[in-house]
Amino acid sequence: MIKRIRGTHGPAYLNHLFLILMTLFAIVPILILTFNSVKTRQQVGQNPLGFPSEIHLENYTNAWEEGKFSTTVANSLIYVGSTVFLVLTFGGLAAYSLARLNPPGANGFMLYMLVASTIPLWLYVIPLFFLWRSIGLLNNRIGLIIIYTAFNAPFAIFLLRSFLLAVPVDLEDAAKIDGAGELAVFFHVVMPIAWTGFLTVGLVVALGVWGEYQVALIMMHDPNLFPVTTSYSAFTQRFGRDWALTSSAAVMMIAPVIFLFLGLQRQFIEGLTQGSVK
Amino acid sequence: MASTSGAVLSVQKSKEQSNPIFQRRWVRKALIPWLFILPIFLLHLLVVTLPALSSLYYSLTEWSGMGQGEFIGLDNFKRLIFDDPTYTHALANNIKWMAFFLTVPFGISLFAAFLMSQIKTGGIFYRLLIFIPYILPSVVTASIWRNLLNPRQGILAALGEIPLFASIFAFVGIDHTIALLGNSETALLSIAFIDNWHFWGFLTVLFLTAMQSIDAVLYDAAKIDGANGRQLFRHVTLPGIRPTILFMLVMTAIWSFLVFDYVWILTEGGPARSSDVLGVLVYKNAFRSFEAGYAAAQGLTMSMFSGFIILIFLLLRKLGWYDA
Repeated sequence: MIKRIRGTHGPAYLNHLFLILMTLFAIVPILILTFNSVKTRQQVGQNPLGFPSEIHLENYTNAWEEGKFSTTVANSLIYVGSTVFLVLTFGGLAAYSLARLNPPGANGFMLYMLVASTIPLWLYVIPLFFLWRSIGLLNNRIGLIIIYTAFNAPFAIFLLRSFLLAVPVDLEDAAKIDGAGELAVFFHVVMPIAWTGFLTVGLVVALGVWGEYQVALIMMHDPNLFPVTTSYSAFTQRFGRDWALTSSAAVMMIAPVIFLFLGLQRQFIEGLTQGSVK
Repeated sequence: MASTSGAVLSVQKSKEQSNPIFQRRWVRKALIPWLFILPIFLLHLLVVTLPALSSLYYSLTEWSGMGQGEFIGLDNFKRLIFDDPTYTHALANNIKWMAFFLTVPFGISLFAAFLMSQIKTGGIFYRLLIFIPYILPSVVTASIWRNLLNPRQGILAALGEIPLFASIFAFVGIDHTIALLGNSETALLSIAFIDNWHFWGFLTVLFLTAMQSIDAVLYDAAKIDGANGRQLFRHVTLPGIRPTILFMLVMTAIWSFLVFDYVWILTEGGPARSSDVLGVLVYKNAFRSFEAGYAAAQGLTMSMFSGFIILIFLLLRKLGWYDA
């Protein structure tokens, strides 16, 4: 980085003071949640904000059972895994075609995706709900996965296309000279080379589906098919007074996300910020 | 890996070479590229575009979700403009909500990003931690803050016990003993505060990225001229990231107008409809009272608003406001 001239204006410790306060504002609520997750219900009542005096990990097993997490985590993993797989495969194929194969009318399709990505959910969800009901996709895992795949598609196609444009074409050309078809080139040359781009898009899609609430609320009414979000929402209404229990359930939902984020922060931040700007 | 992919490549090769259709020019130049696009295109048409277009028709009908609905012309729109105070009230709340999100997070985030851009060490650390609330699911964020804003056991109640904070609250006019989410005066603002807790870190990181691409020479020149922190911000930083700010104002206007999650999870529009927003009305009308035609009309007005914002944005871009 280019060296900058320092010290001609306010001291840096003021910057750090404000930044530490803002960081505390972001982090302390999550810490309090974590503290409460290991207290007993009585301890939460006496000390709802501070450090726990003892550690009660049984809250987690209770919340896991009361909140039916074995069912809902499995459901959410199915929704996340299937959506990521479909978006990366079919969004990736489309992005590859747009970046490399020059389909006639490519600009028209890009414009369509750009316009379509601004269509708000509230405009299409009502007819979609009744369409899904009439063809048996309401309360249906496949029905929900199809919706998630469709509405992640524009973002994924744009971002994957820009990643692919930055990858050199030499290896693809070499494979084609050897006689490989386009499909083989995509799966065996492009995906392995541009895997960081696919990882970035996959993480953003996974994060979005894991935390998605609105569509799941509208489309899924059978508790056995609930993802963690709508299930947790119902759970907090049932056990709203038991902060220890609801807090440990919440920690179980966010801990994997936070650890994954800390491990792969570059991909997360790039994907989430580029996705909105591209 | 290398050996298996080599094997697959050669299988593919022999299959394609033996089949003359793959040799035809239009197949290679047009059919195959479009076959790659088609699956996701058709899926998107089925889920988003065709239902969106049929919404235009259903908004002109009285429709319960069964059959085709009865065509009633513009009656739904007349009803929501002239005969439905819940709509007007919710629209007013949407506008207040949007005004909040176009000001508060932008102020906080520009300030935070500028502070971060001016320090040598620790920037990565702050950036990482400040971003974390953005990755939490809305149901968890809502649950965290429902507890923290609890009037008996929450954070304001605890602070109110401390004399210094008690006098600050008294001075600012905050009553820390009321249920902020259960009071019709404060519910909407409290929900906006919670949604913003989740949002501002994202905006900060976006602004920081934009600020880091400003040429350091500009800062150095201003400092040699004796500019202080405020002047640097005003005359170097702000002009340098203007395209990002404008773009995010447009995106935030669109996103914030479509709000649903936080309001529905925290209050369902209550108490006494005080925190109703259009998203909540559409949801209730379509899926609770099955007035799907009327709800489609309400959803269409929300979409027209988004379209209007995008038009303004395109206009500003044409006028050159968007260029750095």
